[in-house]
Amino acid sequence: MAVFTIKVNGKQHQVDVDSDTPILWVLRDHLKLVGTKYGCGIAQCGACTIHLNGNSIRSCSLPISAVGEQEVTTIEGLSEDGDHPVQKAWIEHDVPQCGYCQAGQIMNAAAFLDKNPNPSSEEIATAMNGNICRCGTYTRINKAIQTAAKNA
Amino acid sequence: MTVVKTEINRRSFLKVSAAGSAGIMIGFNWLASCTSPGETVSIPEEWFNINAFITIADNGEVTIMSPNPEIGQNVKTSMPLIVAEELDVDWNMVKVEQAGLDTENYRRQLAGGSQSIRQGWQSLRMAGAAARRLLMEAAAKKWQVSVSNLSTDKGQIINNETGDKIGYGEIAIEAVSIPVPEEIKLKDPKDFKLIGQGVKNVDAPKIVTGEPLFGLDYMEDGATIAMIEHPPAFGMKLKSLDAEEAKAMPGIKDVFTIDTTVGEPQWSDVNAFTELVVITGESTWQVMKAKKKLKIEWEQDTPAESSTDHAKKLVDAMSQKGEVAREDGNPAKASQSASKVVDRTFSAPFLAHNTLEPMNFFANVTAEKAILVGPIQTPEYLRKSVSSLLNMPEENISIDMTRMGGGFGRRLYGHFGVEAAAISKKIGGPVKLIYKREDDLTQGTYRPAYRVNYKAALDDNGKMVAFQAKGAGIPGSPLFQDRFPAGTVDNYKVENINIDTNISTGAWRAPRSNFVAGAEQAFLDEVAEAAGKDPIDFRLELFDRAINDPVGDRNDYDPERYAGVLKLVREKAGWDNKPAGVFRGVSAYFCHNSYVAQVVDVVKEGNDLKLQKVWCAVDCGIVVNKEGAINQIEGGIIDGIGHTMYSQVNFDKGAPVQNNFDQYRLIRHTEAPPEIEVFFVENGIDPTGLGEPSLPPIAAAVANAMYQATGKRWYHQPFMIAEQEELIEVG
Repeated sequence: MAVFTIKVNGKQHQVDVDSDTPILWVLRDHLKLVGTKYGCGIAQCGACTIHLNGNSIRSCSLPISAVGEQEVTTIEGLSEDGDHPVQKAWIEHDVPQCGYCQAGQIMNAAAFLDKNPNPSSEEIATAMNGNICRCGTYTRINKAIQTAAKNA
Repeated sequence: MTVVKTEINRRSFLKVSAAGSAGIMIGFNWLASCTSPGETVSIPEEWFNINAFITIADNGEVTIMSPNPEIGQNVKTSMPLIVAEELDVDWNMVKVEQAGLDTENYRRQLAGGSQSIRQGWQSLRMAGAAARRLLMEAAAKKWQVSVSNLSTDKGQIINNETGDKIGYGEIAIEAVSIPVPEEIKLKDPKDFKLIGQGVKNVDAPKIVTGEPLFGLDYMEDGATIAMIEHPPAFGMKLKSLDAEEAKAMPGIKDVFTIDTTVGEPQWSDVNAFTELVVITGESTWQVMKAKKKLKIEWEQDTPAESSTDHAKKLVDAMSQKGEVAREDGNPAKASQSASKVVDRTFSAPFLAHNTLEPMNFFANVTAEKAILVGPIQTPEYLRKSVSSLLNMPEENISIDMTRMGGGFGRRLYGHFGVEAAAISKKIGGPVKLIYKREDDLTQGTYRPAYRVNYKAALDDNGKMVAFQAKGAGIPGSPLFQDRFPAGTVDNYKVENINIDTNISTGAWRAPRSNFVAGAEQAFLDEVAEAAGKDPIDFRLELFDRAINDPVGDRNDYDPERYAGVLKLVREKAGWDNKPAGVFRGVSAYFCHNSYVAQVVDVVKEGNDLKLQKVWCAVDCGIVVNKEGAINQIEGGIIDGIGHTMYSQVNFDKGAPVQNNFDQYRLIRHTEAPPEIEVFFVENGIDPTGLGEPSLPPIAAAVANAMYQATGKRWYHQPFMIAEQEELIEVG
């Protein structure tokens, strides 16, 4: 066990955990930020996607010891009032079915649009390929990201 | 106008009581009876199975309880929407809350079989209409006018003569003392304001901001984290446990075994592994790490099965005589004198459900009571099982349902809830049981493996004169003997062969249909080709026979509605004017009371095939929530394509080979068709199921389109893997 100071959604937090603890479980168990989901634990499904300095990463496979002073952003911190263009587009297109994967999808989409503000449908599909939606909302996700790009 | 007569009996149909200082709470007791005289609507027997709660606040806010478990099928939006329609309220004034398990006031709190809307339709409407009537009577009394002079709109009662208005919230307290009406008038569907339109998923704002909604998100202070270790292979059981090293790991509280054998098992108590090793600790990661340090010896209990054994048994079954489920005419004789016989065999592997949220449950068991919270499709059955396990009366056990990160049938089987209760009892405190993905994927309750052989005989004119199907499954045959093409052909036979297994299997989205629809509809494509006919024309000719001169009287489909979706998809897709460079396949199926026809467009990109578009016609009667309905249909199509093309569970000496998503292939974004267009038949018939029906036929629409593009037929799922690996000679 060791004490780590990490910056999550703009706030400093101190946690006393094993140094190999994935940031996913620090968020969920220790900071009670449960919007970030556990799906596979091996960086295959994308349900645990968060931003590290604005880049989307799989929090299930990133130990807290590797975070350092980098800024962590979770779905809870993506916007003040749930009004990020991607979140708004998700509601406009009524994307979620079960909803479990959607926080990860949204985080991945938001980071992607930061780098590619006007993507084609094919570019969106490729960028989102690491995020599994078991309910099969891919066509809606694709259209929602196109809408978010227009409204950003 | 639809009038529904209520009969008040000993356990009154409606219980009206004051809820706090203001507002009314109307609790429906669905044990009461309801009849439909003369011109009134006929109420299905299932009417007793559903329920609702309406709370109206003095400010006009309406809370509608959603009784059924939400697994992503969107009933938490669509069921309250039906209540709100008849109540005639502004949807923006409605708040929806998930009800817990409450068998006193609710019936059939179950997510399965695409039945929530179908079975809830009349009773949910009545819930809204009865409340509206009470409010109107209260207003009539206040204004000293007849109810017939009043109307309602968006949560307000209007005096048609004076123009006076009063809000539901203002009159609600007066409605408490109004006796329950004997008859309830339901709206004419043409007057619907909400039903048929699209409203957004009520939980979407919480989902997109990451609020705690799901079972895995539910935690209480002081609760212990627990994980289980089940045998690595079906047929094995625990021999010995050495927990010394694991127990010494940081944060670990204990390691022990539990036996979750239920004395009086329910149908939902499907579980190959009842004796489990449990490890408990302070945090999820610490328990995950220490779990790897458990030293467990397992021993063989029943014979180990491998996929090669399964394949052999299924192939052998095709040459055995099965149990005849239906035989019309003499198909063997008719086939002998036919000009052509088409004989083909189809197969599909075991599948895992892979809900993205793994199995989990919270339990807090004390001497007096048990509190359980988590994702469960069958809370009523879970409570019976927990009652039996704990030897505790059901009334002392409460179950709250969280939103579920997927169901697909997996959470019909609530062993994880039983396990959480057993662990909580053992440790004497609250516990949160969490399955790792690997625990989840290798635990079982899989979709069975199937193989079906079809034989169709054609006469000189290309008319189908005989149809025979022989189905085998591990453990059960997938065939439905009274479904299409039963009734369309004089000589018809269905045989079933069941193969025992020690692998636990269960319902997987659209059970049996999920395989057999694709097999049958791909087969008929080949038969139509052999007959020299267009595949849609060929099917329509069969439906003509079923409409005009059906064979037998047990055919469980309506051939006119079946033909209707085919005609609709033909028109919408422009079937008769196919664009150049597009290869098309068609498929249609009826299950869960709904009819679906699909056309798939495939294009060639170099050496690759790309699914370009799916056209889908659906007859599910009245569409309650259009946006949600389309979403379900799209999801079923993509789910069906994914599992048909990529997914399988194989076994090596009883051990599942695939244990996480690096080996178990789920469909991904680039593999989904970029466009799906959905068309509904508008017929005003009471609504039927939508969670499942779009999935089964898609396998054949894809196979038939890929055949057009490649000249190759696809018989063995998953198409992208099994076709290369199929060691068995293709029929």
